[in-house]
Amino acid sequence: MKILVLVKEVPDAAVEKTIDPATGQIDRSGEKALNPYDTHALEAAVQIKENGADVSEIVAVTVGPDSASRTLQGAVSRGADRSIHLSDAGLAGSDVVATGYALAELIKRESPELVLLGQQSDDGGSYAVGSVVGEFLGQPALSQVVKLDLAGDVITAERQAEYGYDTVEVKLPAIISVGDAINEPRYPSLKAIMGAKKKPVEKLTLADAGIDAGKVGTAGSGVDCSDFQKPASKSGGTIITDEDTAATVEQIVAWLDERKLV
Amino acid sequence: MADILVYALAHEGQVNKNSKGAISEAARLAGELGGEAHAVLVGTDLTDELAQQAGAVGATKVFTINAPEGIAATAIDGIAALVEAKGYDWVLFGGGLLGFEIGAGLAARIGGGVTVEVTDIKVDGGKLVAERPIFGDTLLSHSNYKSKGVIVARTNAFEVKETGGTASVEAFDAPIGAAAGQVTLKVRGEARGADVNIEDASILVTGGRGLGTAENFSVADSLAAAFGGNSAVAATRAVVDAGWFPYAGQVGQTGKTVAPKLYVGLGVSGAIQHKVGMQSSENVLAINKDENAPIFEFADFGVIGDLHKIAPALTEAIKAKKG
Ligand SMILES: Cc1cc2nc3c(=O)[nH]c(=O)nc-3n(C[C@H](O)[C@H](O)[C@H](O)COP(=O)(O)OP(=O)(O)OC[C@H]3O[C@@H](n4cnc5c(N)ncnc54)[C@H](O)[C@@H]3O)c2cc1C
Ligand SMILES: Nc1ncnc2c1ncn2[C@@H]1O[C@H](COP(=O)(O)O)[C@@H](O)[C@H]1O
Repeated sequence: MKILVLVKEVPDAAVEKTIDPATGQIDRSGEKALNPYDTHALEAAVQIKENGADVSEIVAVTVGPDSASRTLQGAVSRGADRSIHLSDAGLAGSDVVATGYALAELIKRESPELVLLGQQSDDGGSYAVGSVVGEFLGQPALSQVVKLDLAGDVITAERQAEYGYDTVEVKLPAIISVGDAINEPRYPSLKAIMGAKKKPVEKLTLADAGIDAGKVGTAGSGVDCSDFQKPASKSGGTIITDEDTAATVEQIVAWLDERKLV
Repeated sequence: MADILVYALAHEGQVNKNSKGAISEAARLAGELGGEAHAVLVGTDLTDELAQQAGAVGATKVFTINAPEGIAATAIDGIAALVEAKGYDWVLFGGGLLGFEIGAGLAARIGGGVTVEVTDIKVDGGKLVAERPIFGDTLLSHSNYKSKGVIVARTNAFEVKETGGTASVEAFDAPIGAAAGQVTLKVRGEARGADVNIEDASILVTGGRGLGTAENFSVADSLAAAFGGNSAVAATRAVVDAGWFPYAGQVGQTGKTVAPKLYVGLGVSGAIQHKVGMQSSENVLAINKDENAPIFEFADFGVIGDLHKIAPALTEAIKAKKG
């Protein structure tokens, strides 16, 4: 069984996300990191293999700028055997559907039995990529899965939906986005980090991958989200740092008291 | 086409409140576009009474698709066929979990765009423009659609407006594809854990992953007990998924919506999906050790520090004050 894991490069959590006033576009400068939610998908793939399933290969796949190659290597160090990186100027401005289309085209080249992805992108996620990918592949997609059991070619998945927990059986091939409660991702060992540098990376352009440029980027996107505005500012709360806990508690109680909450 | 289609999620004989809100919003928007709001129900026991719940909040026509409920692949097949047959340009969803899954798949199928977590929709030049807060609600993004558009609302974004109207009901036969055949729903809506009540509490102490362990919920319990009166303990999805707390006590998108006089977050990061369930709280107190935690963007009083030091001391101070 071949497992593909979709991973994304996102701004580091500590980077303040803003709009570049010059371009009106999201400021993409600053430190980057592997989308933390995707580490759960990588861990889930590794655990399927460790639990005795016949996994021939785990392949990490990303669609993103050239700079994402370091992040992709980080993903490989978490247990992938190789990676695929689609990078092309023509992808700029892709909406969720266009991104999902590009990912689906990459997946078709590999025909995996299982595709795993994270619960959401940390940079304004839509929790939608998995469903779009499933649609383009004609395969079922399930999101927010927090328990996953594989028996033969059937996965029993559990996830929280609108009315409590649902248990769903899916016959492979399928697309599964995992929730962050599914596992505790391990940190890669130094050996794995060094080893990741030697694992094969397939770097592709749209043309290399045979992807129709008209179906991605601004041209291929059904929605344009580039009109940004600041919301009406609401008065901020009082934020204090706990240095002396007795004094901190006194301040909290005074605040509660003022509002007649104690 | 000026009519707007809304997916009405239904469970145990009730149309979901967020679907009802989306129908009311669609009725308002369709009015501006010069059309009507229609709803579509997917399920195997769809009654006329259920369809009229959609009629009572603004739908003039309700389509029923007889197919298993709770599976996105099935609903995508049915709704896509309906959109194609009737020529809808706009499809609205009230959020939830299926809403995101169906909405995204549907957009891909019909060649449209999709926007999720939408809090406001306007009509501009005969088209819908969707507003979505991003980056922890610090910025508003606006979706301009090229042609067809799918809009998935944020939980509680749109108010339910009873019109007292009735809808015409029509069964729609849709072919269900191969992908849907690969999926079997075994259990729907299992409420794990005790049936705790958090909606009626005036003081709600919410424990998040920052508590560290299930046992540490005692820290939240003690604080709630010190407040006394009408207080209760609630939780985030992270800790409910981990089995530390009952599902019935979860606040947020796929949990409960609460509006206590005081909400206290202990080790809660304040993710949007949590915030949507508690943002009507009158006062928000947050204790979190990470100064960048999003909860500090909307806390009325925030303390950056270790909850294991602060919460027990606060419990004692409240007890002492009460004497
Ligand atoms: C479709 C969908 C639906 C969802 N529905 C819901 C929902 O209904 N409800 C919900 O809550 N979430 C929901 N989520 C999940 C949500 O996105 C977050 O993952 C979740 O709310 C995080 O829970 P948390 O704050 O407990 O955990 P985390 O985000 O892990 O935060 C833990 C916090 O504890 C702090 N902390 C750690 N140790 C300490 C300490 N010693 N002292 C003080 N602070 C400490 C950390 O700094 C951190 O900020 C949903 C997600 C999706 C994608
Ligand atoms: N550009 C991308 N390349 C690879 N995987 C992605 C990309 N964007 C999103 N994903 C995957 O889809 C998941 C959900 O993302 P989203 O729908 O954007 O919230 C992420 O956790 C990733 O696993």
